[in-house]
Amino acid sequence: MDLSTPNGMTRRHFMSHLAGSSAAASAAWTLGGNIAAQADEMRRNRKSAILLWMGGGPATIDIWDLKPGAPTGGPFRPISTTGNAQICEHMPMVAQQMKHLSVVRSMSTREADHSRGSYYMHTGYVPNPNIEHPSYGSVIAHELIEQRPELEIPPFVSVGGAGAGPGFLGMAWSPFSVTSNGRVRNLKMNLDDQRLLQRMAALNMIETGFAKRTRDTPAAEHAKVLGKTLDLMTSEQMEAFRVEKEPDEVKERYGTDNFGQGCLLARRLVEAGVPFIEVDLGGWDMHNNIHATLKDTKLPNLDRAMSALVEDLAQRELLQDTVVMWMGEFGRTPRINANAGRDHFARAWSCVVGGAGIKGGLAVGETNSDGTAVETEPFSSEDLMTTVCKGLGISTETTFTSNNGRPMKIAGGGKLIRELVA
Amino acid sequence: MKSIVLSLSGLLIAGSLACPSLVSTAKAAAPAVPPQVAMINDSVEQVWRDFSIRPAAEADDATWCRRVYLDVIGRIPSFEELSEFMGDRDSNKRANLVDRLLNDDRYTEEYANHWSTVWTNLLIGRSGGTDRRDLTNRTGMQKYLRDSFAGNKTYDQLAYELVTAEGSTMPGNANFNGAVNFLVDKVNAEKGTLATSSVSRIFLGQQVQCTQCHNHPFNQWKQQKFWEFNAFFRQTRALRRFVDGTRDIESAELVSQDFAGEANDPEDALVFYELRNGLQKVAYPVFTDGTEIEKSGFVEDVNRREELGRLMLQSEYLDKMIVNRMWSMFLGYGFTRPIDDLGPHNPSSHPELLENLGKEFRANSYDLKKLITWITLSRPYQLASTLSTSNEIDDPTIGESPKFSRFYLRQMSAEQLYASMVTASNAQSKGSYEQQEAERRRWLSQFVVAFGNDEGTETTTFNGSIPQALMLFNGDLTKNAISLEAGSFLDQLSQSGRSPKDRVTRLFLSGLARRPTKNEVSIASKLLVARKGNEPEMLQDMWWAILNSNEFIMQH
Repeated sequence: MDLSTPNGMTRRHFMSHLAGSSAAASAAWTLGGNIAAQADEMRRNRKSAILLWMGGGPATIDIWDLKPGAPTGGPFRPISTTGNAQICEHMPMVAQQMKHLSVVRSMSTREADHSRGSYYMHTGYVPNPNIEHPSYGSVIAHELIEQRPELEIPPFVSVGGAGAGPGFLGMAWSPFSVTSNGRVRNLKMNLDDQRLLQRMAALNMIETGFAKRTRDTPAAEHAKVLGKTLDLMTSEQMEAFRVEKEPDEVKERYGTDNFGQGCLLARRLVEAGVPFIEVDLGGWDMHNNIHATLKDTKLPNLDRAMSALVEDLAQRELLQDTVVMWMGEFGRTPRINANAGRDHFARAWSCVVGGAGIKGGLAVGETNSDGTAVETEPFSSEDLMTTVCKGLGISTETTFTSNNGRPMKIAGGGKLIRELVA
Repeated sequence: MKSIVLSLSGLLIAGSLACPSLVSTAKAAAPAVPPQVAMINDSVEQVWRDFSIRPAAEADDATWCRRVYLDVIGRIPSFEELSEFMGDRDSNKRANLVDRLLNDDRYTEEYANHWSTVWTNLLIGRSGGTDRRDLTNRTGMQKYLRDSFAGNKTYDQLAYELVTAEGSTMPGNANFNGAVNFLVDKVNAEKGTLATSSVSRIFLGQQVQCTQCHNHPFNQWKQQKFWEFNAFFRQTRALRRFVDGTRDIESAELVSQDFAGEANDPEDALVFYELRNGLQKVAYPVFTDGTEIEKSGFVEDVNRREELGRLMLQSEYLDKMIVNRMWSMFLGYGFTRPIDDLGPHNPSSHPELLENLGKEFRANSYDLKKLITWITLSRPYQLASTLSTSNEIDDPTIGESPKFSRFYLRQMSAEQLYASMVTASNAQSKGSYEQQEAERRRWLSQFVVAFGNDEGTETTTFNGSIPQALMLFNGDLTKNAISLEAGSFLDQLSQSGRSPKDRVTRLFLSGLARRPTKNEVSIASKLLVARKGNEPEMLQDMWWAILNSNEFIMQH
């Protein structure tokens, strides 16, 4: 288990938050704004991010950066989209939404092993046995939580997976893992409130005593989790998890598979004010028979759910405050192997990002004619996430202190992908 | 609602923080120390001196008793077992308890079950053999391991059998050999790369999975070595047998077949692999230390897996890996991080100890029970889990190398928690072993998340976060544990002892291996008032609180 302690924000970051909020408050007063309008304004400025995680390493050369005619190109044809980029013919519905999304085609990373790649793309750091880095989900939830003091749902929800943990931020920032149908197990106690509180009081007594005796930190962390658990059990906001309440036609538009329902749940959670949601779609580790699998199962599934999600967010005017990201741990080799599959490949691949302050419709960066190398400026996990932070209005100067005292810049101190932000 | 809790609890803890009246420690009168234990103590103490650390005090008997039950047989002691130990006046009582847990017939089954669970998770993961498309038969894997641990099979024998096994996965089949379940799902796809990385990592502490595609930047493994190691598995095939008329797997059989090599010449059975620049290179079976074996692919000439097993048994990495693994299971951290990545690129915290303990283990015929005895009787294993100013630099959670100057807190595994809940409250459901096992598996599966890749990577959400807390607050297991039905644990308890205070004390000893503090006694009496004198309900509330506490779910 994780035994780390959070050390939180640096003083500078804290001060900038404080300055920002007081400035906003005084401006509202001097301009004669009223509290209600200000609350509306705050709600409108509530930012969220959704990460569509493609576990196993998707073949981005077959999806976002096609190489028709090249020996490595595979059988799929490119089609036009509502943005500037062409994408795979088996993604026709997403093609209609591409004005909202940009493809970063010059991702170039170094980790081509599943667990290392997943850790790196989730945190911006390579695995190091001496420190547990927080995942982007925990970091972004941590940064955006102040925008929604009323939130009772955990700020980082993981649908169908739990790619990476909270690291040194501590257990209270763990992803809250649920299945795609939004069912949360063991939510009800069936005991009257008064007796529940008395039990909690007894529990609190035992917890406190243990923490005092061992003088170690996990007990304090545990107490926070117990508090959040109690919140959850009594919260009306849990309604957001009830995907089954959506009309049948909506459910079918997203797809009734796990990923489709997970994307629908993600939309409901954004509406409820959850700052970070990860939805997992695994099964991209296609060393064999890749093109049939992509065409027959994976891409239709992805196309339906991802397009419905982006379309819904846009229609509800939520996309202007919600970043949508699509990525896996790496791409796959341009070379098609003897089993008609593609193997692990991290040196030249694509991610997709859009929403909030991030420009849509673009293709950023280029790979060479057969997709084996990046020809323009290469981008990393850190760069992508720095850009996402910028889009979410999180200061890219934010620094955390790890529990061994090392300062760590948010998103690993990456550089902005300039083309994507204003 | 939250604010009420805070104020209520604030009120309750505002009183004096009475010193916990722990169960008294019966000081042992220096029993004879086996030389291996003395060797461990010397090494660990030397590091304390080097870093000017004063270790934590010795853990009291009850705490230590709970600890050793959890580590050796996978559950906390029952009230009776704890009492038996506490009542023992023998100066050698700790050594006697270890001996009892390891060798008394009473515990053979639990010992075997616990270690078979640990090794099943290690060899095939928490979700291995749970999908109907899997070739692995989880029951077969467990049965093999249970039999092995029950008979105290030596570790070298166990490792050799797992790596060289042939036969059917399923118990009941004529040629059943449960050991095949380790490799059966790892040999067919992708030229057996999974078998390669698993065997080298689990038994030799060599992390090679990255070198499959390129030379590793940080360790001594090169891509060539990966494919040389891989060549040992190329005679191995898993044949599947379907349930009649379906595509569901009934069972599978692991066999060794002649391997013609990728150039189709069994006399000279080579494998090819591809460099990152696209060039093809050739590899033959060569062990990690450079030892080559015959190049023939005919099983009759050379059985490659048997050769591998033989070479593994000669490797000092086999010794170091198991010693590091066992140490980390008992002390919370190994000598390296991660524990299964050994080599000059990843220096260990106690290099000499790791080396010597490995040699001792080999010299003692790879007897796992001896290794367990040495570790549990060593000084670091006797220490309290208290952090203080005299050892505050000993904090592996912030990346310091562990000095073992205190017992590191850690959460029980899901399996340990399940068994402990069952022990503490007789919460086991009725039914046959198979039914109970099925129920246990269902319960465990709620925490497992499998990732979408062919390596079968998975994680557990049994990590102290909200889903776990919800399960402990409201789940069926807790409901059973706190039931007041006739014959239940609480029902029996409420008819025992002399007074409510007596019964509350028994609750704390049963769950936490200590007596309640003054504050805890006082909250129990307040609860009794709140329940209008209904004592079973008060005990139920207290038991709920105990089972949900950090102190219950942690090994300390």
